[in-house]
Amino acid sequence: MTVPISYYLVLAAVLFSIGVASFLIKRNIITIFMSIELMLNAVNLTFVAFAHMWHQITGQIFVFFVMVVAAAEAAVGLAIIIAIFRTRRTLNVDQVNLLKN
Amino acid sequence: MAMHNYPYIWNYLPLVLQILVALGLACGMVGASFFIGKHKNSRTKAGAYECGMDPVGDARGRFSVRFYMVAMLFILFDVEAVFMLPWAVIFRRLPQITGSKMFGFYEMLVYLGFVAVGLFYVWKKGILDWSAEKGDL
Amino acid sequence: MSPNVLALLPEIILTITGVLVMVAEPVLPAGQSRKPLGVLAILGTLAAGFASWYQLGFGTIHAYFNTIQVDSFSVFFHLLIAAIVLVTLLSSLDYFEGHASHAGEYFALTLFGATGMMLMTCSVELLMVFVGLEISSISTYILAGFRKGQASATESSIKYFLLGSFATAFFLYGIALAFGSTGSTRIDVISQNLASTATPTLALLSLALIIIGIGFKVSAAPFHVWTPDVYQGAPAPVVGLMSTAPKAAAFAVLLRILFSGFPSYEPRWASLIWIIAALSMTVGNLGALLQRDVKRMLAYSSIAHAGYLLVAYTAFPADGIASACFYTAAYAAMNVGAFTVITQIGGYRENVRTIEDYSGLALKRPVLAAVLGFFLLSLIGIPFTGGFFGKFYVFSAALHAGHVWLAVIGLLNSGIACFYYLRLLASLYSRRPAIEDNLFDGITVTLPAALALTITAAATLLLGIAPNQVLSLAQRSAAATAPGSANSTTNASR
Repeated sequence: MTVPISYYLVLAAVLFSIGVASFLIKRNIITIFMSIELMLNAVNLTFVAFAHMWHQITGQIFVFFVMVVAAAEAAVGLAIIIAIFRTRRTLNVDQVNLLKN
Repeated sequence: MAMHNYPYIWNYLPLVLQILVALGLACGMVGASFFIGKHKNSRTKAGAYECGMDPVGDARGRFSVRFYMVAMLFILFDVEAVFMLPWAVIFRRLPQITGSKMFGFYEMLVYLGFVAVGLFYVWKKGILDWSAEKGDL
Repeated sequence: MSPNVLALLPEIILTITGVLVMVAEPVLPAGQSRKPLGVLAILGTLAAGFASWYQLGFGTIHAYFNTIQVDSFSVFFHLLIAAIVLVTLLSSLDYFEGHASHAGEYFALTLFGATGMMLMTCSVELLMVFVGLEISSISTYILAGFRKGQASATESSIKYFLLGSFATAFFLYGIALAFGSTGSTRIDVISQNLASTATPTLALLSLALIIIGIGFKVSAAPFHVWTPDVYQGAPAPVVGLMSTAPKAAAFAVLLRILFSGFPSYEPRWASLIWIIAALSMTVGNLGALLQRDVKRMLAYSSIAHAGYLLVAYTAFPADGIASACFYTAAYAAMNVGAFTVITQIGGYRENVRTIEDYSGLALKRPVLAAVLGFFLLSLIGIPFTGGFFGKFYVFSAALHAGHVWLAVIGLLNSGIACFYYLRLLASLYSRRPAIEDNLFDGITVTLPAALALTITAAATLLLGIAPNQVLSLAQRSAAATAPGSANSTTNASR
């Protein structure tokens, strides 16, 4: 007996949904950013599960690229967050609201 | 897959063993130094260890953005190594796959060249210079 | 030249130029002008454009283990992106003079972004599409917040970053499910395996997620919420770039995925696109009516234009691709042109913001006002401008495909759009109230900026008078993407 693939897929889907939900609910920019990372990792889990199912390496290679891109995104994102904090002294999205008509 | 008739959970046996060994090793080392070593307490030694930072202070205390810079650069250059592992695994078969003797090798040279350019940029920007007082980071 | 090098020649040229500019930036002394780096970037972009043109003579090139496919479709978008980047660089060559000491990074990031966008349009492997998408996105995130001392600029940047990464996650999840359903991430193999897949529901879900992800990138409603804020806070030349070039690349990717990857699911995705197109046009135009800030108004207008463009996607397989390609080119010419004028008027500090601020421009700066007016007329879709033929081809393609109601909604929306474009136009030619009379005194149109304005105005005019040249190139690119569409295109035009 092995763990069926549907378990992994359901887990990934749940993680992805948690990521989407906390992206919409959370108010701190860092937490919002973390929820995006959660979504990306859910995708990674899906890729690995499918790669195992199809006996194809493509899915695993994809995960490598997603990891590297996520690191690059994190560097840029945190740099922007520092710039926000320097000009604004807050990381609450409700107070980052200059741009309005 | 090998035929087996033991329960699935037995697959986790190596993991359990590793946890046991790790626990035993850690407890053994701490215990052995407690029984064998000499004890000389000082104020600094009695304090909690927090990576060299002062353990007591404002929880919202701020520290230099340079810590963050170095951490971020470490992550970036660290992650770049991820592509070298699959390349190294199939390196001997690359001429056969690509149909050219040196193509796979040159590809990695180009890749490492970009990493080196990135390092040069970081260095020239003065981010590795820990002591310099640069206002605009 | 090996086919691998030939296939990625424009990208290689852009990357090398970008790296040179990037390395030169910290080596140059702090106070020195970065204009030479901008000139180098312009030369690199020109070379990349010529390289794409050179590729056209080789037919279809497959390279890098069939992950890259250079055909007339990719060349069309390569040339378009190179032209947009060229105009953006020309218009911002003097933009940072005396303001930002690290302007070299701006030029390097623009080139890197262009590399990513070009990579998106010539990849037939979703992994490469993803890498290209991220290269272009990450570059534009930074460009949006380039005036990092200003609170509005960093706010624009963080909003763009968060929503962009959110969209990327959806796009990726879509790719993962497509991989699970068909066992491949190559667009052509996906299309073959779809016929025999055991999990059509999964494939459908993946398609929906991919459309959502791309929908965010092209700012189609209901995924448009970030657009007005980001466009308002970002520097004007950057807005000109990011409202056209990354969108063109994303539209190209969507065309490739829908028309060559999922043609067998056409009835399902066509109805989804139908809804998104109708929503985008309506939300964009109604939203633009309420705006006072000109950049915000143009942001809503770009949402509406994404909607017009998506109308072409419902015309499968007849003239959908050709009209979509043509519309992308026409929209790029007029929108980049409009933002070039706004860059010149507003300058680095962007003091001229609202529609009222623009009043009386024609008295002080008649040529600039006339050029801006021309672009606005083209955005409305007046005859003898590129916007007219763009709308004409898109709506006639929709009618050919039998989507009468969508065409009606589009035409109604074009009527609504007249109001807000004409309001700005009227403001340009109205008499200025006596207060703040020195608002336009600081405007100096430099030679490169004048060149950029000439290029965009000429392109818009040319597309409105003699569209056949570009249209035939668009039809060639259509034939390259969807094999079935070559015959039907000729059928429709007969």
